Parts: sequence; structure tokens; C-alpha cells
Amino acid sequence: MLLERLIKFFTSLRLTVVLLVLSLVLVFAGTLGEVHLGLYKAQTEFFRSFFIYWHPANATWKIPVFPGGYLLGAALLFNLIAAHTSRFKLTRDKIGLWIIHAGLILLILGQLTTDMFAVESQMHLRQGQMKNYSESDRLDELAISDVTDPKLETVVAIPERLLAKKGDIRNNQLPFVVRVKEFYANSLLSTNAAPGFARVNANSGLGAALWWQQVPRETAMDRRDVPSVLVEIVTPQDSLGTWLVSEWLEQPQTFTANGHTYQLQLRPERFYLPFSLRLLKFHHDVYEGTDIPKNFSSQLMLNRPDTGEHRQVLIYMNNPLRYDGRTFYQASFDRDNQGTVLQVVKNPGWLTPYLACILIATGMVVQFLSHLVPFLRRRKS
Amino acid sequence: MKKIVPWILPAVFAVWVLSTLHHPPETGFHTRDFGRLPVLLGGRVQPLDSVARNTLLQIRERQSVGNLSATAWLMETMMKPEAADKLNVFRIDNFELLNMLQLPETQKYYSFSQIQPHLDDLTREAQRANNVEDANRTAFQRQLLKLDNALEIYQRLQLSLCPPGTTDFAGQLAAYEQAIPAGVAAAQAQEAKKTYDQAALNRLLDFLSSYNDLSKYAYPLMVPPATGAKSRADWQNIGQNLMSVVHGNDLSPAVTDYAAMATAYNQNQPAAFNQALDDYRHWLGQWFVPEIRQGVQEFFFNQFEPFYKAMVIYVTAFLLAVIALLTFALAPKLSETLRRSAFWLVVLGGVIHTFGLVFRMWLEGRPPVTNLYSSAIFIGWGCVILGIILERVFAVGLGSAVASFAGFVTLVIAHNLSMDGDTMEMLRAVLDTNFWLATHVVVVTLGYASTFMAGLLGVTYVLLGLFTPLLKYKSGNLELGKVLAKMAYGIVCFAALFSFTGTVLGGIWADQSWGRFWGWDPKENGALLIVLWNAAILHARWGGMIRERGLMNMVIFGNIVTSWSWFGVNMLGIGLHSYGFMAAAFWWLLAFVLSQVALILLGMLPAGMWKSFRTPSGPASA
Repeated sequence: MLLERLIKFFTSLRLTVVLLVLSLVLVFAGTLGEVHLGLYKAQTEFFRSFFIYWHPANATWKIPVFPGGYLLGAALLFNLIAAHTSRFKLTRDKIGLWIIHAGLILLILGQLTTDMFAVESQMHLRQGQMKNYSESDRLDELAISDVTDPKLETVVAIPERLLAKKGDIRNNQLPFVVRVKEFYANSLLSTNAAPGFARVNANSGLGAALWWQQVPRETAMDRRDVPSVLVEIVTPQDSLGTWLVSEWLEQPQTFTANGHTYQLQLRPERFYLPFSLRLLKFHHDVYEGTDIPKNFSSQLMLNRPDTGEHRQVLIYMNNPLRYDGRTFYQASFDRDNQGTVLQVVKNPGWLTPYLACILIATGMVVQFLSHLVPFLRRRKS
Repeated sequence: MKKIVPWILPAVFAVWVLSTLHHPPETGFHTRDFGRLPVLLGGRVQPLDSVARNTLLQIRERQSVGNLSATAWLMETMMKPEAADKLNVFRIDNFELLNMLQLPETQKYYSFSQIQPHLDDLTREAQRANNVEDANRTAFQRQLLKLDNALEIYQRLQLSLCPPGTTDFAGQLAAYEQAIPAGVAAAQAQEAKKTYDQAALNRLLDFLSSYNDLSKYAYPLMVPPATGAKSRADWQNIGQNLMSVVHGNDLSPAVTDYAAMATAYNQNQPAAFNQALDDYRHWLGQWFVPEIRQGVQEFFFNQFEPFYKAMVIYVTAFLLAVIALLTFALAPKLSETLRRSAFWLVVLGGVIHTFGLVFRMWLEGRPPVTNLYSSAIFIGWGCVILGIILERVFAVGLGSAVASFAGFVTLVIAHNLSMDGDTMEMLRAVLDTNFWLATHVVVVTLGYASTFMAGLLGVTYVLLGLFTPLLKYKSGNLELGKVLAKMAYGIVCFAALFSFTGTVLGGIWADQSWGRFWGWDPKENGALLIVLWNAAILHARWGGMIRERGLMNMVIFGNIVTSWSWFGVNMLGIGLHSYGFMAAAFWWLLAFVLSQVALILLGMLPAGMWKSFRTPSGPASA
């Protein structure tokens, strides 16, 4: 009895309509949220979540007030699959619906794959520059490089999310513990005691002469957070000192431990590639007599040591380079037109929307024709 | 005889449309030929007539100045600036702005001479307003910046053909060419620290300083590329060409001919003007055939004004269709005559609309939708086509009424969107792809069109049902209410198909151009809302949760969703898709949304209050 009622509930069209309307509300609210919170934060709160929470200002508790994107997506998927397994029969006049819904399932699952596995990063190249890595446009890492041997550099990189937890970080390759004492996700630095700035509690490196301030997270699309972190390097014997590392500080700071020389730097998180790209020339074309951009293109040299591949590639608007499971897009450029920014995307699910689109469009055409044709025939007779 | 009656009005309109194709030969200055001359502006070759019209739309919100055609006004502005300064061409509505400029509030349009004494104040305040972030500007600041921009374009136009204060440009040009050898020799001698002719040098420098202004500020580039130029797009403005002569380059025949036109125009000698114009056209004909053709074709398109004509025809068709509906039971024969008349008018309007749409595509070499303006034209076109199909299937006048209404309103919206300037502007890098414009943009815009169409049917249902007994009247063996419901349902199916496919295609375009199928960008979200809502309507109907009235209320809400996606998200000012902030449009959007909410509330009134449902069924009619 109960089971029957449950099945009836989960397979009902009523549930579908309710879920669709809730999704409508969610997407609308999320769009408005993007204005205040910025695209990224709004996405995390509204779409990549099971619930949207509400809490009074400065409170530590929060209550769920609305289903989030994950929950609604999962519920829709479940409702769809349940309805098909229990209610739908594969008959001729329903074949269109089956195809549409199969496409939808593929689309939702594909987006889930993208959501979980896709990695986006950027590659900024000045003219003539060569790189074999791309960088995160949002997250940093603390790079500790052993530069004792001038020919060989060993790097241990600590991602930002570990730094944000504070506390001790250990690594087998490091003869010391990295103790994160303070972490500011977004910060400003100053060389004097300007209002709002506090003395950096560092005793080594550049930070000893600086003031810092924690500032709210960035919401605008075109700006990013600049984190600053206070770290102490502790060997089993004693503390080697406390350093300030920050993306504001462009040069690495050096210290020695165990007879090795190390460099300490907070930098955008890097993703290494098995090949390198060198920017030969960046082009910024405009329409004659105007400054309306006509095209942006990057001429690059692709170099892959393990296969000996060495060839020129051209990336321009709407024409990315797909190579080695990654896609490189023309994303931005330097003001002086001497440098380019490529968006690098690694997304194992990138083909699913293409397949889903074909399936759904086919299904819809089949479904509507199977209704429209008899209808028109009836009208004629 | 009776068979002819419905054709009379469509025939009259068809004759009107065709009659505007014929123009009597011009006496006096050949303004139309001047308007056909090609120039380069905004990165594309266009006729001077387009420069004139688009400028006037921006500064005056009209395409003419009283009796003066756009091109005639342009000739005055470029060749007789002092006279042009007295014409009332600047539209100013804001009282604060009028007060600041100490202008009388009685006029609608003001002349440059009236504004000139306060130009410094205006520039200073405009700079201040410019530093305010777009979204935070007051109405005064917005109007101020608009006027400042209008004045800038106007003054640049005056520096496009001849130097200020010149009445005999041709004579001046001859003097300039004579002054060059001695002047250049003097300059070289001065450089080499030898004795030089100061008077000759000064004479040349006088010319150059005034031509330098022309080269810096000219608006359209009027001199076609020299015959040896690298690219066909390598146009110059007249000042640049004049300056380059000192460096040994040839003076372009374009400059000589334009100068002769300016002199003749100033001395009021039409024959000499027309001769110089013909000379120039003849010279162009030797090297610049595609450019001439572009100018002639676009000029024809401007003159023909297909969208304006379609608008007039749609209004008439709408009135006829409404009368046909209202007299449905009272005078069936009259009603049928009017219905037919309305239908053929909609078809005529549709043909002209289609002609305009296709002609524009051909001129631009682009798919139909490239900006907000063309999306309005295309949405209207989609609605009209759908309406014509509906009318063919259910011959009750409803299809014609809805089609003509949608056609008219969208063309009005398009007209208002055209005030920003050139509607055939060049496309920015990402958009410069005919493949995606032809697939994603067209399909998603058809999705908008069909969702609006369904909504309009819903509005028709509520209005007819509440205030007339018509919904219960029968056409054949179907009640009008049922007919409307069938129509709306069918259109929602189309809307779901188009909006879904279009949205996914958009995702694929995004994947192609920045590597993200879905980025939760506001414009993407807007399209997704339409998909979700159409899906909700269909599932609610299939599940028996809504019937006729429920369906109608849901499709009316679809209007709100679509208008949000079409205009609302552009007002948020974030994301990769935004086309710019539109403050005035915000209030229109709000008014529209409120009107739709009111209609839904009306639609939710109990059936007993509906005129259609409380009267006994009306008389059957054929």
C-alpha cells in the first residue's frame, strides 16, 4: 500500500511539474543572486548545492529554505527514470518521448560529469614566451622549491584549500613542517600603518616590514581574490622563522634548511602539460576606421618532447585547439597586444551535450510529427 | 462581385506599396544621387543616406528634419554648416537639461545655435557624468551624455567634407595645390637652416592646420582607397587625403569632386553640383563597382522602408480582424468578408516584412538576427508566419488578429531599438560567425517568437472570454475557446522544441568558443527559464493538472518569462552576453510584466464571471 503510493508519487507527472516550476524559481533567483554574489559564488550557492540556506547576518547557524540545483536535478532525473520504468511502454506513438528523455538523461549526467571532473585553467603567454603549464584563474598554491642544485628544481606545491584549513602541513620530501598561522582569502598589503591595516606578524623575509588587511571576497567577474598567508617553517629542532607569502609579492623568498636552499612563493595553482606552447604572434584585428574588434588570434608553436611533435597552431575566436584531451581557447589578451591569454579546459564529458542535443531534437521532431500529421489529415477530411 | 470585396483593401495597400517604388526625376540638386554615394563608417561601406538617417535617429529620433530629407539635411550640415546650425535637430526632453542650457521648454527640438552659448557648461557636466558608473547615473546625466554624444557626431559631420567657414572649397583647393611646391621648398630650406620664404611657408601651414582638424575629427571616411592600396577597406577621410598631398601623394579625385560639389552647393548652382556629382559617380564606376552597388542597394532599402509599411498594414489588418471577431455572430457575412480582408492584409504585410528581412540579410551577408534590433524584426516575422499558418488551419480570424498584433508591436519595438545608431553594425569578434548565428540564434529566437505567440493566444482567450460571449460560439463544430486552446497547445509544443534546441545549440557554441557548455550566464539562464516553463506547461497538460483556462494562464506567464529573457537579463549588466544597460526599457518591461500579471489574475476569476461561460451557448455559425 505504502509502496504503491510511494511509487505513484515518484513517478507522477505532478511531481515533474512541481520540480520544473521549482527549477524555474531556482534559476531566476540564481540569476539575481549572480548580480550580488558574482557568477562563481552564486553558482556554488544556488546550482552546485543540495539546499539553499538562509541565515541572519553574523549568525553561525543556517536553515535550508529552498532545494538547490543538485537536489532538483537529481529529483528530476529520478522522477524521469522511475516514470519510464514503471509507467511508460515502448509503443510507436511514444517513441519520440523515449528518445527525448534518453537525451535529457544523457545531458544531465554529462553535465554532472563536467561538474565533477572538468578542470578550467588559463595560460598567459607574452610574445616569444614558452610554457608547459597552465594556471588556475582562482586558486593559489604555496610552492616550496628546492633550488640547491642549479640544474634541478624540485617543487612541492600546497594547494590553497589545504592552506585555508590552517594548521601543520607535512610532506615526505620536506625536512620540515609548514605551519599555517593565518590565512586571508583576499587581502591588501601596505608598506606603512595605513588605516585598517595591521602589522604582519612575521619575523623573516619581506613580510617583517609590511602591514596587511583582510578584505571581502571578490564578486566581480573580471577581478580575482589575492590571498596572503602567514607560514612558519618548523624543523624537528626549532622554528626557522615566520614568513608572509602573498600573490602581491612577485619575487620568491629564500631560506635554508638541512643544508638545502629553498624558495617560498604563493602563486596561481599550476597544471603541468606533457608539451609546451610558445607564442609566436598575437593578432588583434579591428574593422577599418573603428576600434570594433574583428578577430583575436594566437599563432603558437606546439612542442612535444616525447613524440617529437613540433608544429605551428593557430587559435582564434570560435576555433579552439583540441589536443591531448584538453581544449585551448582564445580568451583574452594584454593591453599592449603583445601577449595572449588562453583558456585551457580539460573536460572528459565535453561530447555529451552534442549527442544529447541530437537525440532530443530528433525525439521532438518525431513526437510532434506523429501528432501533427494525423491532426492535419483529420482537418483535411 | 462579392468575391472581390475582401480583396479591395489589400489591393489598395499593394498599390500604395508599389507606388512608392517610383520616384519622379529630381529637379534642382540631385539629393538622391548624393545619398547613394558610398562611404566607410563603423567599419562597413554604406551610402551617405544611411549615415544621415542613423545620425538623425540618434540625435533627433526621426529620419528627417521637417520637410528636409535625411540626405538633404546631411548636405546642409556638411557643406553649409552655418545654415545647418539654425535647424532644429537636437531632441531634448529632460527639463533639468533644458534649464541648464537655458532653453525654452516649449520646443521639442533645438538647434545647434541655441545650444552653442552653453557648450562649455555642457562639456564640463558631461565629463562629470562620464565618471559616474553607468548603473548609477541619473536621468539627467543620461540625457546629458546622450546630447553630448549627439553634439559630437554633429560637429564631426561638419568637419567631414570641407573646412569650417569655407564657401568656395574648390577654389581653396586650387590655391592649396599651388601653395604646396613653394611651401614644401620653404619647409625643407628651414630644416636645412638655409634662408627660406616665410610667407610661402605660412600660407601652406594655414591650409594644413585647418585640414589637420578635418583629418582628426571627420566622421565618415569619404575617400575610397587609392588604386594601389593594399586593401579595399583602406578608406581615408578627406582631411587625411589633403594632408598626404604634402608628402607627394596624389589628391584623390574624390576630394576634387566633393570640393566642386561643396562650392556649387554654397553658390546655389544645381547644374554645377549635379555635374560634379556625375563626374564623381563616373570615376567611382571605374574602380568601385561593388561599393557603388552597396550604396545603391542600401539606399533603395532605406527609401522603401519595408518595416514601416508592414507596420501600417498590420495595424489595418488588426482592426479588421478585431471587427470581424466582434461581428462574428451579429453579422456573419460581414464578419467573413472582413476576416478574409484581414487575412490577405496580414499576408501582404508578411510578404513586405519578409522582403525587408531577406533584403537586410542580403545587404549584410548575415543570418537574420545579429543584434537586439534584428531580433525584434525576426520575432515579429516568426509570429506573423505562425499566425498565418494558424489562420489557414482554423479560419476564424484569430490567427490574423494575433499575427497582425504581434507584427505591429514587434516592429514598434524594433523602431525604438534603432535609435542607438546603425542597425547593421559590424559584429564583434565572438559573434563574427555565420554558422552559429544561423543555427543557435535563429532557433532560439524562433523559440522566443513561438512562446510569445502562445502567450498572445492566451491573452486573446482571457479578453474574449471575460468580456464577450465569443468563446462559446461555434465555428464549424468547434467552439472558439476550444480552437484557441488547440492553437495555444500546438504553439507551446513548437516553443518547447525551438527553445530547447536553441538553448542547447547555444551551449555548444559556448563550448566551441570558451570551453564551457553551460556557465550559468544570465542570458543562458533566461533561455533555460523558457525551456523549463514550456516543459512545465506541457507536462501539466499531459498530467491533466490544467485544462483550457489553466493552460491559458500558464501561456500568459510565458510572456513574462520570455520578456525577461529577451530584455530583462540585459539590464542586469553582468555576464558575457549583456548588450548594455537600457534604463528606459526597464520601465516598459515592468509595465509589460504587470499587465501580464493583471491578465493572469483576470484569467483566474471564477467561470461565472466570464461572459462567455455564463451566457447560454451562442448561435452556431458557419
